[in-house]
Amino acid sequence: MSEPRALPALLEEWEPVIGLEVHVQLATQSKIFSPSSTEFGAPPNSLTDPLVLGLPGTLPSFNQAVLQHALKLGVATSSQIRAKSRFARKHYFYPDLPKGYQISQFDEPLCENGHLDVIIGGGLKRVKLQRIHLEEDAGKTTHVGQTSHVDLNRAGVPLVEVVTAPEIGSAAEAGEFMRSLHRLVRWLEISEADMEKGQLRCDANVSVRLRGEDRLGTRAELKNINSFRFVEHAIEHEIVRQIRILESGGRIIRETRLWDADRGQSAPMRSKEEANDYRYLPDPDLPPLVVDGQIMGTILRTLPELPSVRFDRYQKLHGISPDDARTLVSERALADYFDAAVAAHPSERGGRMIANWMLTELLGALHASATPVARSPVAPATLAALVVLVENGTISGKIGKDVFEESYRTGDAPAAIIERRGLQQISDTGALWEIINRVVGANPKQAEAYTVGGKDGLFGFFVGQVMKETQGRANPVITSDLLHKRLGR
Amino acid sequence: MTSEYWSVADTARRIAAGETTALAVTEATLARIAIVDGTLGAYLALDGDGARAQAAEIDRLRASNAALPPLAGVPIALKDVLVTRGLATTAGSKILEGWIPPYDAHVVERLRAAGAVVIGKVNCDEFAMGSSTENSAYKPTRNPWNLTRVPGGSSGGSSAAVAAGLCAASLGTDTGGSIRQPAAFCGVVGLKPTYGRVSRWGVVAFASSLDQVGPLTRNVGDAALVLQAIAGFDPRDSTSLDAPVPAFADALTGDVAGLRIGLPQEFFEAMDEDVRVAVSSAVAALVERGAVTVDLSLPHTKLALPAYYLVAPAEASSNLARFDGVRYGQRAAATDLADMYARTRGAGFGPEVKRRIMLGTYALRAGHYDAFYKKAQQIRTLIKRDFDKAFRYCDVILTPTTPTVAFPFGAKANPVDMYLADVFTLSCNLAGLPGLSVPCGLSGDGLPIGAQLLGKPLDEATLLRAGGVIEGAVGLGERRPTGLATLVPSPRPARITKPGHAAPGGDL
Repeated sequence: MSEPRALPALLEEWEPVIGLEVHVQLATQSKIFSPSSTEFGAPPNSLTDPLVLGLPGTLPSFNQAVLQHALKLGVATSSQIRAKSRFARKHYFYPDLPKGYQISQFDEPLCENGHLDVIIGGGLKRVKLQRIHLEEDAGKTTHVGQTSHVDLNRAGVPLVEVVTAPEIGSAAEAGEFMRSLHRLVRWLEISEADMEKGQLRCDANVSVRLRGEDRLGTRAELKNINSFRFVEHAIEHEIVRQIRILESGGRIIRETRLWDADRGQSAPMRSKEEANDYRYLPDPDLPPLVVDGQIMGTILRTLPELPSVRFDRYQKLHGISPDDARTLVSERALADYFDAAVAAHPSERGGRMIANWMLTELLGALHASATPVARSPVAPATLAALVVLVENGTISGKIGKDVFEESYRTGDAPAAIIERRGLQQISDTGALWEIINRVVGANPKQAEAYTVGGKDGLFGFFVGQVMKETQGRANPVITSDLLHKRLGR
Repeated sequence: MTSEYWSVADTARRIAAGETTALAVTEATLARIAIVDGTLGAYLALDGDGARAQAAEIDRLRASNAALPPLAGVPIALKDVLVTRGLATTAGSKILEGWIPPYDAHVVERLRAAGAVVIGKVNCDEFAMGSSTENSAYKPTRNPWNLTRVPGGSSGGSSAAVAAGLCAASLGTDTGGSIRQPAAFCGVVGLKPTYGRVSRWGVVAFASSLDQVGPLTRNVGDAALVLQAIAGFDPRDSTSLDAPVPAFADALTGDVAGLRIGLPQEFFEAMDEDVRVAVSSAVAALVERGAVTVDLSLPHTKLALPAYYLVAPAEASSNLARFDGVRYGQRAAATDLADMYARTRGAGFGPEVKRRIMLGTYALRAGHYDAFYKKAQQIRTLIKRDFDKAFRYCDVILTPTTPTVAFPFGAKANPVDMYLADVFTLSCNLAGLPGLSVPCGLSGDGLPIGAQLLGKPLDEATLLRAGGVIEGAVGLGERRPTGLATLVPSPRPARITKPGHAAPGGDL
């Protein structure tokens, strides 16, 4: 028997087809249908009320803040927004589902036919979204030995479920989709999207087919994927599993599989035959969810420029590398900082330098002091001013780093620091010629060894001496030029 | 003191005037319950201490010369599907036995704020599913006019308690006739308000798109007073209507001159002859005072029953999913989770509830939704349109409330026969309209007959106005339930705060 082929070899013949169902908790103060708080990490069952507990006689009242959050995502993904969408009850029995049904949306979801531009490498890949709908989260069940504990703090936390079309082609692409969605919902400030806290959760529908085949293969649904890394691992594992079954003449069973991150493998949870019939019913307790012009106007007016758009713009307009552009859009505050600094810079061409300074000096300092970019002691305009001072030769890049460091520490303007400490670069050839004369005169042996003895390495020694004399302020280009003249080679 | 048949208005007036005290009325009510209710079986739980405390508070308020709220000291009974803080609420079901709610229903808050004294909780069909109160898991309730007859249902405890003078007024709920039918059977007034007029917050849900809370009283004026106290917008119920609430008592002008009374032919096809005669006398009374009749047709009426028996069970199967033994009520011993659900629900629900859960579950199966629930909703639209059209030609519609008078226990052993008893009351719920049942005479064997008035959305006032005229002309006047005349005071006192467990008696 031959050695099983590795994934890259398998993928020459087989094409994975992946669709994702992603749940995003929306960061509202209170729950979707009742006044309890949504905070994370409170003592079990402390964030409940008669509705959350599913007590007889309770009724849901929709929290309008949820709609605003969901609409931001709908608009940011260019989805069609339903003027009247409907809540539906999805029925199943489980102890962490207090009413015996989850209030969700079924055949009339809030958003349909959108797309997300996923940042992959230096470009964008458009992934179609079939729908984005609203629903309430269930509680959490923990099993301890023979006992099960139910915590209903999470029950009723607002969720959007984002469903992609089955057109993601690889595990890596699925991972990037998740990163892009994570970036977007944080960018829109509608979710913390912390996967460890379950604020962003992913189920993946995976199938494979021979390349060139039109029909989709039988799919398996992977559940319980709760980190970006696991998204890729779990899907890759599933692709290989399915190809191996098919290559050995087997058949894929339509089933739900649970990803076990510790063991790095999945196990069947339930097959389609055992699947629930959710008996969807339009919720008679809730009127249609109406999206009027006023709320849409507000959303459209306040929607920020999206990360994918900026990612593209930074590369095309400022010539920034894909990696740097991705870093800049990793967080909205960072991208906003960049845009503000560019706006404060007098030239159109300042972007690249500003990006360099941000990604090295600024991020380094922020990281070291654990400061969020929004609270940076060096304001965008300050950084832009510093970049200008380096660009116009007032100070060297090396001095610039010192000035940045001091400005970060004290909050002082770079020009003031330069003035106070006399750090202006010396570019005056007459003044530099005098200093060079002095340095060469004081080191006759080295001068002879360089000029006559051909010891090239000594040139650096003289540059160093000049810098020492000038506390690093000598213009390095002019200094080098004059030194060559003075030393005769 | 013989306060048992004082009206709501009279009770409040006498207490306000200092002719009696709220406490005296409360004690008299409790005393009468102790004598009568062992036989009648209206109450599931009494809140004697709570009622006395509430009454004492009213009396203190009066002693301090403060203005009294409109229902100050009026003893009221609540159908046991209305959630009451600190007072057992069972919905007539074993599955909720022992549940003490931590909150009050909106209507209970409103009644308490209006000064009403909550005496206790009254019997009903389990989860309000039934038309005779025979489906209560706890005990039968008898009709005070004839103890061998049912009081109607599902609000049978409410109608019996009011008819027997065991409270001045009660609240019931009406999903397909559950206020109006028992009101008709017990010779009292029953009002189902427009869907959304009264908040459903704290009403144990049967069918959410049909359920509505309303008063059962001994006269039309009292219905207006109680409706006044409970009607109005409540943000906790998203189906609650944010509409102005008129002064309902002002509607009782007695003036029906020119009022157009619609008589839909579909509602006069099959009924007892006594019912036909009594309802005709109600029509005649209105006409005599200047109303005009309009013959009309509501062509989709025959579809109301099948549509109702898809919509109501479908919603019920969903609403009753929460009764799983996990958080409250009864939980059966079990080996695993699925077993716990099966045993808890198997033991906790009675046969009619199970039947409707199964019907509803079937109707909502994947792939059947369009053929059943959706189709039924389309029929609702047709029925609504029938009414919209009819109300272009008339101001109020008059029909019999029920085709027969109260039937004997066990007479409708076949569920479908029981369902057919509601044939006149269902369309009103499907269309979301207000409906009033007002007594309009007695049958040959001395059982009450009700006339049903159906109105335009939010037009309870016109129902009350026309109902007042019928009541004045052909109502029961001072005639009191005859079943109680022969009643031997029972040595068995009513159970206090804990529901009773008497099985339906074979001796009825």
